[in-house]
Amino acid sequence: MERITRGLLLLSALVAGLAVLAILGFLVWFSLPLLCGEGLTQVLSWRWRPFQGEFGILPMLVGSLCLSTTSMAVALPMGLGLCCFAHGVGPRKPAALVMGVVRFMTSVPTVVYGFVAVFLLVPLVRAAFVSGSGFSWLAASLTLSLLVLPTVVLMLHAQFELIEPRVRLTTAALGLTRAQAVRYVVLPAAQRGLLAASALGFGRAVGDTLVPLMLAGNAPQVPGSLLDATRTLTAHIALVVATDSQSTAYLSLFACGLILFVTSVAVNLTLRSLNRSDGGRA
Amino acid sequence: MSRSGQTSFIIFCWLSALIPVLCVVALLAFLAARGLPTVSAALFFGDTQPLAALLGRAPVWDGIWPACAGTLSLVILSAALAIPVGVACGIHLAEFATGRSKAALSLGADLLAGVPSIVMGLFGFALILLLRQTLMPDATTCLLLSATCMALLILPYLIKTTQASLEGLPEELRLLGPSLGLTQLQAIRHIQLPAAGKGILGGAVLAIGRAAEDTAVILLTGVVANAGLPRGLLDKYEALPFFIFTTAAEHQTVGELNRGFGAALVLLLLTSGIFLGAHLLHATMQRRWRTSA
Repeated sequence: MERITRGLLLLSALVAGLAVLAILGFLVWFSLPLLCGEGLTQVLSWRWRPFQGEFGILPMLVGSLCLSTTSMAVALPMGLGLCCFAHGVGPRKPAALVMGVVRFMTSVPTVVYGFVAVFLLVPLVRAAFVSGSGFSWLAASLTLSLLVLPTVVLMLHAQFELIEPRVRLTTAALGLTRAQAVRYVVLPAAQRGLLAASALGFGRAVGDTLVPLMLAGNAPQVPGSLLDATRTLTAHIALVVATDSQSTAYLSLFACGLILFVTSVAVNLTLRSLNRSDGGRA
Repeated sequence: MSRSGQTSFIIFCWLSALIPVLCVVALLAFLAARGLPTVSAALFFGDTQPLAALLGRAPVWDGIWPACAGTLSLVILSAALAIPVGVACGIHLAEFATGRSKAALSLGADLLAGVPSIVMGLFGFALILLLRQTLMPDATTCLLLSATCMALLILPYLIKTTQASLEGLPEELRLLGPSLGLTQLQAIRHIQLPAAGKGILGGAVLAIGRAAEDTAVILLTGVVANAGLPRGLLDKYEALPFFIFTTAAEHQTVGELNRGFGAALVLLLLTSGIFLGAHLLHATMQRRWRTSA
């Protein structure tokens, strides 16, 4: 009995790892015909015209990079400012309230962010810049930065909470106010937390599907300006599966999936190495 | 640093805190203003009698009830698949695994947690492609496939919270079992698991919330716009997040759009309620074993 139970526990523990291997296996297996020989040049091209036999995914790759970079460029400084606010710059009660709002934001479904942005933000963008439909890199990027903000903030918050008690007495003895302590002592000491938060937030932004799908306009092109429509790898997968095109189109999806998977693994390994070097120092 | 640098830093922090809060307030106000007037029996059941619709006797055409029922069955099914495995994996990681095997197994859980949900959906889609080419030529995407992929997506939450709850217990509890002459498994069953129950339950609730809101997975694995009530494991079904997504792009009348707002509000209330529950359970757990921190 004892042995059976322990065996079952071990078996369940293996499920997660096996699932990861299975996902990797499937992605590689299905994109293999493309990865060797002529397929590779076909996939790594700048044109997506499935009916003329052109299956380039590079525009989507660039779209993903553009979108997640700009949304992190907004979310990271804002998350940093918000964390400083919560840890000394702001009065205690508003600080607690702001953190409560951030926790609430984690529970808002992605599709609700997308839905509200379609009817609130997109008309604003359209009215402010006159040209175009409003479904653009800009609209998707702003919504996406709101979506990844809690991820960034909670990661930084955890780091700040570790550092603050250690320096509280010292900074108080130096006569620093809480705001000064956060600005000159805690913030510089939280560099690793900042790196971890950017890695995690970036991973979240690259992997999100619904916001770009609903807001970015989905034209398979490299966006020339913030007001242009663009298409991400994630949205591309969703769109092509939905429109049921030919089999080579399907295969190129697995190349997209493989890129996304490798990105998430890279983010994970970055976080691990940050954690490890942090543990070594403490 | 100059005084003006100091001031601009403080202004920057205030702005960074204010802007997201204002965005959230705008989101809630907009959703409430457009969604609240639509919340009624007609939103859920359309013209059908509510009781007949609930019992499945009459089909619902102009309501979100089929989508709600689809989401409910998806959540129940994926939770039933994921919770036993996730909790067992958490127990193994917290109590039995050591050294290298522990590192490898938690790496697996971390990597699974990082997989974007659209890739999980693509995995399910690939599974169907493979089945079609080999054993079952007429396999198609369905409720069971969605639930399986969703279960994989929420598995890491369960593993992490179970492991953290068990590892956060105070040392005395850990010594209690052996001192009473219990075997390790008996001690886990009768001492550690009941003590960590609230934390584990919190993880399960959180996982259920994720299963209710995720859209990308089901997009590729069998959700459709007009399936009616879910009929079986191997059939297509509707879901609330998918309904909201399609309404945004394809609404034709004001009535349809209003139903979308109502559905978005219902989904938001549902998930925030679930997350609040998970948060409260987690907080009780931490307060109870504060000595361990």
